[in-house]
Amino acid sequence: MPPDYKRWRYTHYPPHHVLMARLDRPVSRRQSQWLLLAAVTAFAPLATHMPVWLTLCVGVAFVWRAWLIQRGGRLPPRWLLVSLVVAGSLGVFFEYRSLFGRTPGIALLLIFLSLKLMELRAPRDAVVTVLLCYFLILGQFLFTQTLLTALMTCLAVVITTAALLAANNDRPTIKQQFEHAGRLLLQALPFMLLLFILFPRVNGPLWGLPEDRRTALSGLTDAMAPGTIAQLSQSDAIAFRVAFTGAAPAQSSLYWRGLVMPDFDGRTWRVSQTREAYTTPPYAEESRRSKPIDYELTLEPHGKRWLFALEFPTTLPTESGLTRDYQLLSRQPVRSRMRYTQRAVPDIRKGLTDPPEVLQESLALPKNSNPRTRAIAISWRQRHGDNDAAIVQAAEDFFSRQLLRYTLNPPLTGSDSVDEFLFDNKRGFCEHFASAFAFALRAAGVPARVVAGYQGGEINPVDGFLVVRQYDAHAWTEVWLAKQGWVRVDPTAIAAPRRIDSSLATAIPADETLPFLARNEMAWLKAIRYQIDAVTNGWNQWVLGYDPQRQRDLLTRLGLDADWRNMTALLAVLCGTTLLLLTGWVLRQRERIDPVRRAWRRFTAKLAKRGIVWQPWEGPDTLAARAASQLPLHATKIHAIARSYARLRYAAHPPSAGLVELNQYIRDLSL
Amino acid sequence: MLPRLRHFLHERFVRWALRVPTPEPTPITLVQRRVYVLPTRVGLAFAVALITIFLGAVNYNLSLGHALVFWLAGLGIVTILHTFRNLVQLTLRPGRCPPVFAGDLASFDLLLENTRRDARINMQLSFSGEPPVEIDLPAHTTNTATLTLPATQRGWLALPRVTVETTWPLGLIRAWSYIAPDMRCLVYPAPARNAPPLPWNSEAFQGASNVGQGADDFAGLRHHQPADPPRHVAWKAAARQDDGKLQTKLFSGQSAQELWLDWDAAPSALTTEQRIACLTRWLLDADTAGMHWGLRLPSVRLAPAQGAAHRAAGLQALALYALPAASRAHGTP
Repeated sequence: MPPDYKRWRYTHYPPHHVLMARLDRPVSRRQSQWLLLAAVTAFAPLATHMPVWLTLCVGVAFVWRAWLIQRGGRLPPRWLLVSLVVAGSLGVFFEYRSLFGRTPGIALLLIFLSLKLMELRAPRDAVVTVLLCYFLILGQFLFTQTLLTALMTCLAVVITTAALLAANNDRPTIKQQFEHAGRLLLQALPFMLLLFILFPRVNGPLWGLPEDRRTALSGLTDAMAPGTIAQLSQSDAIAFRVAFTGAAPAQSSLYWRGLVMPDFDGRTWRVSQTREAYTTPPYAEESRRSKPIDYELTLEPHGKRWLFALEFPTTLPTESGLTRDYQLLSRQPVRSRMRYTQRAVPDIRKGLTDPPEVLQESLALPKNSNPRTRAIAISWRQRHGDNDAAIVQAAEDFFSRQLLRYTLNPPLTGSDSVDEFLFDNKRGFCEHFASAFAFALRAAGVPARVVAGYQGGEINPVDGFLVVRQYDAHAWTEVWLAKQGWVRVDPTAIAAPRRIDSSLATAIPADETLPFLARNEMAWLKAIRYQIDAVTNGWNQWVLGYDPQRQRDLLTRLGLDADWRNMTALLAVLCGTTLLLLTGWVLRQRERIDPVRRAWRRFTAKLAKRGIVWQPWEGPDTLAARAASQLPLHATKIHAIARSYARLRYAAHPPSAGLVELNQYIRDLSL
Repeated sequence: MLPRLRHFLHERFVRWALRVPTPEPTPITLVQRRVYVLPTRVGLAFAVALITIFLGAVNYNLSLGHALVFWLAGLGIVTILHTFRNLVQLTLRPGRCPPVFAGDLASFDLLLENTRRDARINMQLSFSGEPPVEIDLPAHTTNTATLTLPATQRGWLALPRVTVETTWPLGLIRAWSYIAPDMRCLVYPAPARNAPPLPWNSEAFQGASNVGQGADDFAGLRHHQPADPPRHVAWKAAARQDDGKLQTKLFSGQSAQELWLDWDAAPSALTTEQRIACLTRWLLDADTAGMHWGLRLPSVRLAPAQGAAHRAAGLQALALYALPAASRAHGTP
């Protein structure tokens, strides 16, 4: 083994390495570069969310600052900066009519940041800049929180932390600075995980959110005219995801009930403007005949109040209620991803005790429209008398006889849209079917209404979640029958049973265009999409959707009582342990002195016991001579140790067995 | 009132923190229990920023905001460790401390030894309230930090308590320790500005027979002694002789300029300190002139001689003359 302890040799630096500290030390050029880089990284993701003038101004400020660093020019005077801050704040005020709230707040921070860069004079300014950057990194999450954002944020945090490191010591190179910041942040990671999982979560908001999210979100609307749902079939955006507790039910029974539309004006169906009436479902659970289905639904934000549930929920999510036509409504519009667990009983009887005005509402028709349909409906009533069920069957038979075609591109209809659909062009999408069916039954005197929601969905084989996309949007009808209450009838199933049993793609003609994910081709690309979607879903479920509820669930599953006191105690214990482990790991290195020096220490410690204290300026020979004169009995051994040590330390080629020899000598020396 | 209370409490803390036998044996290793750690002002600002970010994250239900704030909190925790580590196990030992004249700056060299494989960055050493000296210690190095202090009085100037501190790497946390190594600087008396001329004309002035003769007149040879200047070696004589013993040339001027600096030779009207200042001036003048001088104080007598060591001995005698016993206890180096 070649002796490698030579690298431990000590170097003496001349005193000119000593630097006088100046407390008013200005921010150096390199530090300014770091801070500028951090500012640019924090600003970049926000650029598209800010007004154009602001983005431009901040960009110009950054370029100006870079130029100043490059040329070493003088920083702009204070009065100029103050007036720029005032001007920028006024601009923000006129843009948003406020200085508070989400976007104006971020805009102001951006102005402060870009101008703070212009007055980097003292270390304090550098610290303020770094803190502003951290704030802006948070600000970015107000707009997007995807996995990609998170990864970009990691980079921004590393750069900002490196800038803070540079503010304290700007001598290391860029690479060293990055490595150092990375190392520190890596060591901080266990704490982040522990805090993230165990820190008692509070449901926001703590104060009122001052502004609404004005971005347009795709999804169902509270009115259904011909073409409304066909339009959604072109979007593969995700509406919600479902995790079933047991096996997923059959595709054909997956009716995700959303909006109930009893109001018809001849062309458009609308939801009734009633408030929620029930806080618990009015139908009795005893009446169920089939097995209940348990699932957890994660709804993407759509900015409206309605929620979706498999027919028919026996429990309601918190902060929600049912209208008198059993439409599930949340108290607040769904502005962020929302998760609720549900139990559905498919064959439950409901509406037996509905108030008469609900049934009245479900019979109303505009006068004088669609005369042909009315006529045929009246004939059903005449034929079957009071037997509403027979009338429904007659209607179904009629739809079946008409050989209606299911298509994404139905022709435009005029004022008598139902007549035109049923008798003339005979082509339509689900809203045409539902609309016509409900109209016909109403004309026959059977209470009927249109229900809009989603039908089906697709199981992602990667994580087993059922993914329901916008193109799964569907409309069907509900009719009220005596002793049975409201019964679902899906007229689309008559013309296109595969839409219900399988998917949209199998039901529509092959030449019609669908979004990529709805098509049944390119299996390998689809597999990739499944993977990506599973990752996104995991991210949404476990990172973004980690809320007090999920925290409680997780801890309960780990066998812990999810009480905040327990959590805090556990958190403290785990953080303390981590800190101790880290301390041990970090301080361990202090014991790593070279073996030769350690041997020499053992020797001097032995001598010290006999009152011979080694002075640091004494070389091995000097010490040996002094020790030998005081301990003449051991003179030979002492000299041997000194010689061996000197050889190891100073010889050009130290003997490879020298260390063993030295240790042996020292062991043999018994004073 | 409040500043005074603060000062009092701080002093109490320092006394408690420095609970080591005095004088502190060297080398001093800053072990764990004598290194203290508290957040700096920047650290407090960082904490306030984190709380603000946290409130924002809760209010807007930003899960990634939570993650960010927890990550930065972890960074805050980790930096405590690193700052502490930057200071702990540092070894200090006293270095050179050359004598100075009163009125000059005394400089104390402290040797800082880093036995670790990692560098120690931005170590700051300071006397309380003074601007610090900053120093870096690369891995496995010993580096010298020089602390300066105005020397106002002759005698021994003890190194006051030194604060060793660091806020590296992030400036959020300050780790510090106090050391009081046994280190003294000898402060020579300040020479009098307007001293009387050298005392040529009294009994302090001996060997008068050769007055007026040239200082470089050859007066004979004697055996060489190690302290003799090399240019006075009789090289020609050495070359002639076989046994190689060196001879030193003697010049008549040397004996002619043998001068006694006598306590009583100074004007009697002077106070003790003025008298010492006067003698210091004489001593320096005589030394500069290359004379052989002797010093006679009431308690000290130095035989006439020449050279740096003699000069140092004379100045030390003057520096420590008539000082209280306590401050002279460490007089012999």
